[in-house]
Amino acid sequence: MTLPLAAQINSVMAALILLTAFGLLIQRRILGLLHLFAWQGFFLSVSTAIVGYVTGVHHLFISSLLTLTFKVILLPYILYALMKKLKIRREIESMVNIPGTMLIGIALVIFSYHLTSPITHLSNLVTRSTLAVALATVMLGLLMMVTRSHAVTQIIGFLAMENGLFFAATSATYGMPMVVELGVALDLLIAALIFGIFFFHISTTFDSLDVAQMAKLKEED
Amino acid sequence: MIDFSSFITEALQLLILLLAAPAFTGWVKTFKCLMQGRTYAGIFQPYRDIVKLFSKEVILAENASWIFRFTPYIVFGVTVLIGGIIPLISIDLPLADTADVIALVMLFAIIRFFTALAGMDIGTAFGGMGSSREMTIASLAEPAMLMAVFTVSLGANSTSLTHVVQVMAHGQFVLRPSLAFALLAFIMVHLTETGRVPVDNPATHLELTMIHEAMILEYSGRHLALIEWAGMMKLFIYSALGIAIFCPWGIAATDDPIAMLAGGVFLFCKLAVGGVVLVLIETGLAKVRLFRLTEYLGSAFLLATLGMLSFFILE
Repeated sequence: MTLPLAAQINSVMAALILLTAFGLLIQRRILGLLHLFAWQGFFLSVSTAIVGYVTGVHHLFISSLLTLTFKVILLPYILYALMKKLKIRREIESMVNIPGTMLIGIALVIFSYHLTSPITHLSNLVTRSTLAVALATVMLGLLMMVTRSHAVTQIIGFLAMENGLFFAATSATYGMPMVVELGVALDLLIAALIFGIFFFHISTTFDSLDVAQMAKLKEED
Repeated sequence: MIDFSSFITEALQLLILLLAAPAFTGWVKTFKCLMQGRTYAGIFQPYRDIVKLFSKEVILAENASWIFRFTPYIVFGVTVLIGGIIPLISIDLPLADTADVIALVMLFAIIRFFTALAGMDIGTAFGGMGSSREMTIASLAEPAMLMAVFTVSLGANSTSLTHVVQVMAHGQFVLRPSLAFALLAFIMVHLTETGRVPVDNPATHLELTMIHEAMILEYSGRHLALIEWAGMMKLFIYSALGIAIFCPWGIAATDDPIAMLAGGVFLFCKLAVGGVVLVLIETGLAKVRLFRLTEYLGSAFLLATLGMLSFFILE
């Protein structure tokens, strides 16, 4: 009975990923966000490794390792170094009312459950039930990008969305082909570098990383 | 033919509740003092407090109505009734069929309702303030509590507490994320309802921060003794309820004296550990600002709802 137990552990991991997605949504401090993001990456990597073990699809181990290096260690570190360099002191940011955001988040989870339930009935993979969680993670990342105004927070939201997509790929089809995954991982790294350059420009132009300031960027008439 | 042995179990359980609740509070206080490097008064201090209060004279405000005099008795009575419904050492309880978990939450609401009324009855500013805060918090905590309880009920297909405990104790071992969420939400509501640190400080009498103490500020003598005793029982009941739902292993399923003795020993050990956990939470956390409580209880509701959703999605 190894299969059901592994599926159960995978469900727990899915639940934890969903929990961290909500944690990202309601966390005010940027350092806390980085920690939560790293945890989400860690759960994702464990879940991928479990799916790889259960199904015998061995390239999933490599993608699990990639997730571990990029999303748990490298990307949080790059963002942390950026924060240090840009001297983001004001850690607590203002945002839309938190309980309201949580309720919208719950509605999104229900919506994605509703959306994926036909697919779940068609599929016969061990991981089919986690597809709803994956979609919900994508949507919660999107919600985070919409409700937050700080540039670093929006990037974390974007990366969380990517986590969700990766999880969806694992749970719907046992992972993408190796080439695609390597490409995505490389893209993420490049994206992080480009984000860094953008952060520098935003902060030197506006003296703040609040993207609401960008509304000033229009021609005088 | 009425089965008398289950009535004996019931009586025994009520006795345990009445006698052990102050000791549990004393244990929590003692361990908290130990953790924070203060001198402690011992596990039996709450008994001495209750005895002292019973021997004191009752002083009533001139404009106190019957509600004010009636409240301590109803608070005490309802708390004892709840103690008769939840399974402490055995799940074979005749009273358990009178109320399921939803009714149980309602019974707690009766206590809160009367305490809030009594707080306003005298007409002091503190009483009204405490009542207002208590009702605000309750309106946020109750949905979270109900959601957490529903999540557990879904797994057992029943809202009857004894049935839930039976399924949990004797069912097959399955890793269930929904229960973990429900447990977290339950702990958060537990801390709220029993007035522990992130929400209310049980030791404070500072005007600005007190919630529960503000409502019962005008009570004295045996009235105060009954309310304090009921408060201790509430802490005991909430802890025992959490143990019964989420960690019921060892509870007696029949009236067998040895099984019940084992159930009692298990309950004793689990409560001792539960008290330690409670103190660790209280020592580790700072009190939340009153206006941040919506976020705290919102998170509890979120966790409970996530538990319910993950039951449907993942299990």
